[in-house]
Amino acid sequence: MSNLALSVNNLSFRYPGQAKDCVHDLSFEIFVGERFGLFGPNGAGKTTLMSLMVGLQKVKHGHIQVLDKDIRKDNAAIKHFIGYVPQDFAFYPELSPVENLDFFGAWSGLDKRTVKERTTYLLEVLGLSDVAHKPVKQFSGGMKRRVNLAIGVIHEPKILFLDEPTVGVDVQTRHAIIDYLKVLNAQGTTLVYTSHHLKEAEDLCERIALIDRGEMVAYDYLNQLLERHGSKDGLEELFLKLTGSAYRD
Amino acid sequence: MYKFAASITKELRLLLRDKVGLMIMFAMPVLLVLLITSIQISAFELVNNSKVKVLLCNKDKGKGSQEFLSYLNEVGRFDLINVDLTEDDRRVGDYMNDHDAFVALYIPEGFSDQITKKAEFTAGKALVEFGINESPDTLKMVKVDSLTIYFHPVLQQSLRRSIQGALKSVIQLVESKSMLNALYFSINGKPMPATFEKELFANQIGIEEKTTSHNGSRTIPNAAQHNVPAWTIFAMFFMVISLGGNIVKEKLSGSFVRLKIMPTNFIVGLLAKQLLYLMVAMSQVVVIFSMGVWLFPHIGLPALNIPHDWIALIVVSFICGLSAISYALCIGVYAKTQEQANGFGAISVVILATIGGILVPSFAMPKAFQFYMNLSPLHWCLEAYYGLFLEGGRLADIMTSVVPLLASIVALQLIAIIGLKKKNLI
Repeated sequence: MSNLALSVNNLSFRYPGQAKDCVHDLSFEIFVGERFGLFGPNGAGKTTLMSLMVGLQKVKHGHIQVLDKDIRKDNAAIKHFIGYVPQDFAFYPELSPVENLDFFGAWSGLDKRTVKERTTYLLEVLGLSDVAHKPVKQFSGGMKRRVNLAIGVIHEPKILFLDEPTVGVDVQTRHAIIDYLKVLNAQGTTLVYTSHHLKEAEDLCERIALIDRGEMVAYDYLNQLLERHGSKDGLEELFLKLTGSAYRD
Repeated sequence: MYKFAASITKELRLLLRDKVGLMIMFAMPVLLVLLITSIQISAFELVNNSKVKVLLCNKDKGKGSQEFLSYLNEVGRFDLINVDLTEDDRRVGDYMNDHDAFVALYIPEGFSDQITKKAEFTAGKALVEFGINESPDTLKMVKVDSLTIYFHPVLQQSLRRSIQGALKSVIQLVESKSMLNALYFSINGKPMPATFEKELFANQIGIEEKTTSHNGSRTIPNAAQHNVPAWTIFAMFFMVISLGGNIVKEKLSGSFVRLKIMPTNFIVGLLAKQLLYLMVAMSQVVVIFSMGVWLFPHIGLPALNIPHDWIALIVVSFICGLSAISYALCIGVYAKTQEQANGFGAISVVILATIGGILVPSFAMPKAFQFYMNLSPLHWCLEAYYGLFLEGGRLADIMTSVVPLLASIVALQLIAIIGLKKKNLI
């Protein structure tokens, strides 16, 4: 078994009815246990790429391998190893965090006892124990983000995909989420992360891929990229240098 | 199994928190069944049981009109109220409003004389035709002045015809009697004895009323037999608001997307959802049917008579529930917003109920609609229930309704699954 968590080769994808590829001929690798950042302006193809990597969209051109398994052939097996925290809240707002975790835990393949243990642990770690039995629809944006994250990690995935997990939250919640992600990573979970908070990304990610208009613009260790492009002010300067400052949406 | 149990639990929790959905699925049909049945019963009684008030202005003083009124009373359908009018009196409308009457009857002066003379003429003519008498020059054809009936404009045409029919029968009876008397007198030179007259008219051919059924049982269909199954089906299909809305919410909230990347087949979720709502449909059947059986008799409504074939009733209820679920599933999958699911779902169910014979009996529909009603799953549900409730049929007898219903369920489920696939949700 290789040390690759994910390997993407010559991946292209086009939505039906569109003239251009949304993702075009992308190739990169993510190692087991690393914190990998995926960045790009709005419309760059990040969310589509994420959808392809987690199996929400079917790969038609190119290849994706997750822990040495082909996503087209072994999608069912891959589902046991991956976790996904989508950008939008993906849970039942009428249900409490406990009820949501009960359901999603069962669907993640856990038994009843494990679901209960993991639920207690996650609610504690993410500061949701006091509101464990209240409907999520009554929660603030930050609390909803934490519920969204808890559902994505209930089954202790080997690879966790996070699509802007801290969007719309206050500084405290953002720090709490980032700190928890670091703990997860220290426990062996590979993180694949997208965000527009580039300072936060600098803090979290070891290697990054910068994509624009569906194509790879830069891909390497963050410090090496900054050095290569002479971006002393950090990722934001590098980002603007490589993708330009024109509006994208 | 744990996944399935967790899915059922989740659906149950969502359902119990959907107070509006529960109200629509349980409170609304209970109210509808009560109201519609009560209204139909009172309309039914107005037409069939209660006496029709008739304002009577009798300008005739003779025996003929008295006899006519006496027979009219014997019919038992008319409540005669004497008023003083002139023919073509403009006050007749006011009198009808004052007395809450829908009909007024005017008997012209000389009505009895004219009947007697007409009878004498007919009897004389008959004797000539029989060759008993020679043609006497003294016999002259007499024209009897018409009775005038005034109808209130709101009175239904069917009721007008029924009243006219009753009046014509009574007039015919008076005329026949008068003619027989005249004939008897012409032949015997003395009036017909009262006993003979009684014998002649008492021995009329009766009409026995029977309602057809498959098993020969004689349960008489009533408003409850029609309304309870009909509005139960309507209630089942109104789960489109709850189930359709539930699916749209799951799509919009992104839950479907999350479920898609989880190692559980989506069929588990779909089955759990359908099983729970099937239980809801069966609860609707139990609640509404129980109301028909036990509550109706206590509030003056006819009791619902449950069919003898219990198994067939349960099977039909399951199939009807499944049909409603399949329809709601389709709406939920294709609706883009909850407003679309609720609006289109509710309106389409009302339309399907209308063309399916829930609101108006299918036999009363125009011919063109009678074709379209076959497209409504509610029609087949209703036909299946009617086969059990009204005709006392067994499962084999209602296969002509069950088979199209099953076909529509398969079609709707396939359409829903194709929609989920197309939208990349499964």
